[in-house]
Amino acid sequence: MNIKVIGAGCENCSKLYDHVLEAINEIGCEAEVERVDDLLEIVKLGVMTAPSLMVDGKLVVSGRVAKKNEIIRLLR
Amino acid sequence: MEFLKTFGEFLQNQILGMKWLNKIIGNGLSAVGLDISTRVGGSVQFFIYDVIKITVLLCVLIFVISYIQSYFPPERSRRILGRFHGIGANIISALLGTVTPFCSCSSIPLFMGFTSAGLPLGVTFSFLISSPMVDLGSLVLLMSIFGAKIAVLYVILGLFVAVVGGSLIEKMHMEEYVEEFIRNAGRVDLESPELTMNDRLVYAKDQVASTFKKVFPYILVGVGIGAIIHNWIPEQWIQTALGSKNPFGVFLAVLVGVPMYADIFGTIPVAEALLAKGAQLGTILSFMMAVTTLSLPSMIMLRKAVKPKLLGVFIGICMIGIVLVGYFFNVFQYLLI
Repeated sequence: MNIKVIGAGCENCSKLYDHVLEAINEIGCEAEVERVDDLLEIVKLGVMTAPSLMVDGKLVVSGRVAKKNEIIRLLR
Repeated sequence: MEFLKTFGEFLQNQILGMKWLNKIIGNGLSAVGLDISTRVGGSVQFFIYDVIKITVLLCVLIFVISYIQSYFPPERSRRILGRFHGIGANIISALLGTVTPFCSCSSIPLFMGFTSAGLPLGVTFSFLISSPMVDLGSLVLLMSIFGAKIAVLYVILGLFVAVVGGSLIEKMHMEEYVEEFIRNAGRVDLESPELTMNDRLVYAKDQVASTFKKVFPYILVGVGIGAIIHNWIPEQWIQTALGSKNPFGVFLAVLVGVPMYADIFGTIPVAEALLAKGAQLGTILSFMMAVTTLSLPSMIMLRKAVKPKLLGVFIGICMIGIVLVGYFFNVFQYLLI
C-alpha cells in the first residue's frame, strides 16, 4: 500500500502526516508513507488542495486534516 | 407589509445584533455593583457582549458554510469552469471563489491546478481575488453590523472587483509571467473523494473548532480595540482621520490594511466602533477588504507560482479596486445608512 501525504508545508500538512502514522501503527498495516511537499510533484499529481491524502493513487482526503480514526476507516 | 418590516427589524436587532444579550449583560453587571454608565463599566459591558456575540455568530456561520462548501471542492469548480468562456467564465469563477473554502496553503495548489488544466489566467485570478475577499461568512456578519443593504452591496462590489480584476489581467496577456513549472505540468483529472452526510457534518464541526481556535485571539484583540475606541477615543480624532473631512481616508485605510493580516471576524468590532464614532462607511469597508484580501503570508505563497511582475499587477489591481469601492460607499453613505 502506498500512502502519499500531500501538502506544501503548512502545519496542517504535518498534522495530517502525524495522524497517518498513528493510524497505520494502530492497525499494524504495512504501508509506504510518503510526504509530498514539492510544488512540482503536487502539480504532477493533480492535487489542488492541501493537505490531502492519496492511497494507492486514489484521492481519499481533499483539503482537510482527517483524524486518525477516519484514516483507519479509509484504509480498511 | 408592516409585518415584514417588523420581522426584518427583529431579525436585524435581536437575532443578528443580539440586543437582548447586551441588556442581560448590562443587568448582570449592574447587579454585581458595576455602574455601566461609567467609561470602565461601559467598556466591560461592551467587551463581554461583543465577544459572546461574535463567537456565537462565528460558530453558527462557519458550521453552516463549511457544510455548504463541502459540496464545492476545487476539483468540481475546475470541471464547472472548463465549460464557460469569456467574461461569463470570470463571473462564475468569482462566484465559485466565494463558496470554496480558502486557506492560503491551498491557494497555490489550486492556482496550479486551474492553470495546468488550461483555464485562462484571468479566470484563475478572479477566483483568487473573490475567495478571500467575499465569503458567505462575512456576508452574514456584515449584515449583523451594517444591515442587509450594505452587506449585499459589499458582496456585489467585491465580486465586481474580482471579475474586472481577472479580466484586466487576462487582457494584459501576462501568461508568460506564470512560473514555468506550472505551465509545463499536464492536466490531471482527479476524482474528489465521496463524502457521506456524516462526513460533511464532521467536517463542518472540525472547521468550527479549528477556526475558533485560530480566530479567537483576533476577536479578543479586535473587541478590545473596539471597546477602547467606543469609550475612550474622542470622536474628533476619528472624524479627522477617517471622517468626511479627510478626502484621503480611503487611501489611508487601504495602505494600513494591506500589509496586515487579521481574520475578518476580528476587524468587525473595530469597524463597528469606528463607524459609531464618525468614520466614513467606505473607509471602514475598504480597510476590511484590504486586510482580508491581501496579506503578507498569501503574497509570499503566491510568489512561488507567479513572477514578481504579475504578482505586482495582481496587488495593484486589488488595491485600486478596493480604493474605488471605498470611495463609492463614502459617496453613497447617506443613502445607505
